[in-house]
Amino acid sequence: MSDRTRELRTYAVGYALSLVLTAAAFAMVRWPSFGARAIFGTVLALGLVQMAVQFRCFLHISLKRSSRHDLQLILFSTLIIALMVSGTLVILFNLRDRMM
Amino acid sequence: MSEPELAHAGLNLGDTGELTKDQAENAIFGFWIFLMSDAVIFALLFATYGTMIASTVGGPTPASEFKLLPAFVETLLLLTSSATFGRATIAMKYDEPRRVLFGWLGATLGLGLVFLALEANDFATMFAHGAYPMRSGFLSSFFALVGLHGLHVAVACFWLVVMVGQICAYGLDARVRINLLRLGLFWHLLDIVWIAIFSVVYLQGNIG
Repeated sequence: MSDRTRELRTYAVGYALSLVLTAAAFAMVRWPSFGARAIFGTVLALGLVQMAVQFRCFLHISLKRSSRHDLQLILFSTLIIALMVSGTLVILFNLRDRMM
Repeated sequence: MSEPELAHAGLNLGDTGELTKDQAENAIFGFWIFLMSDAVIFALLFATYGTMIASTVGGPTPASEFKLLPAFVETLLLLTSSATFGRATIAMKYDEPRRVLFGWLGATLGLGLVFLALEANDFATMFAHGAYPMRSGFLSSFFALVGLHGLHVAVACFWLVVMVGQICAYGLDARVRINLLRLGLFWHLLDIVWIAIFSVVYLQGNIG
């Protein structure tokens, strides 16, 4: 298989997976079949899977070439984001509880 | 694998002839650092939105303002535009005829503009309901988050027009190829941010 065919197929697979995951997430909310909490959890999980699919298929980030700087940068940014977002959520929710 | 692997994000362009492998990698990596800092900004706006979602002070609520159908159509538009941009980078890499490349870029631009028009229409409908940014903490954080994403898409559309101008002026030399690859990374990353927006904002607002 030529490089071109392989790359075209990567984009096609990424697009198809994205469509399926998006449709699944919207369908879960449009026709709710179980509790609100479980639905929201599933929607977030589907969103995370779709982000991973797009990083892999559209941005061509893979785990194989472990010396790649961009992968390390993504992992470091994820750490920063996790620290800042969780810190923001803890402090602001705590603040809101105290002001109730 | 018939060609040397370039260690950068995005489609491996292979030998661009004029740029060395290191130059190409550095040129992409610098832009990748900007994209990750942009991701940090969006993540913090998401965190702010999450803490503000209940602060409606008797005004419009997520359930009253967010409609599923427009959000679904906008999502399809952005997903498709990401795929057409991917097809355009492949047309660039394999030196397909200029009109094929312009065709895919034009399709991408069209999808981006329709997305912006739909989003502007959504915002106008919300304004008509009295859901404007100054109304409550919830609406301030909503317009900061979704508005910033819309602004990014508008900038990306403008950049796409500039790229078509560069291709016409300089042809597909190494610099133009790297620029188009950078724009591709920007476009795909906006798509990823939108996935978080439709999950956290539009879908969460319609649950329960």
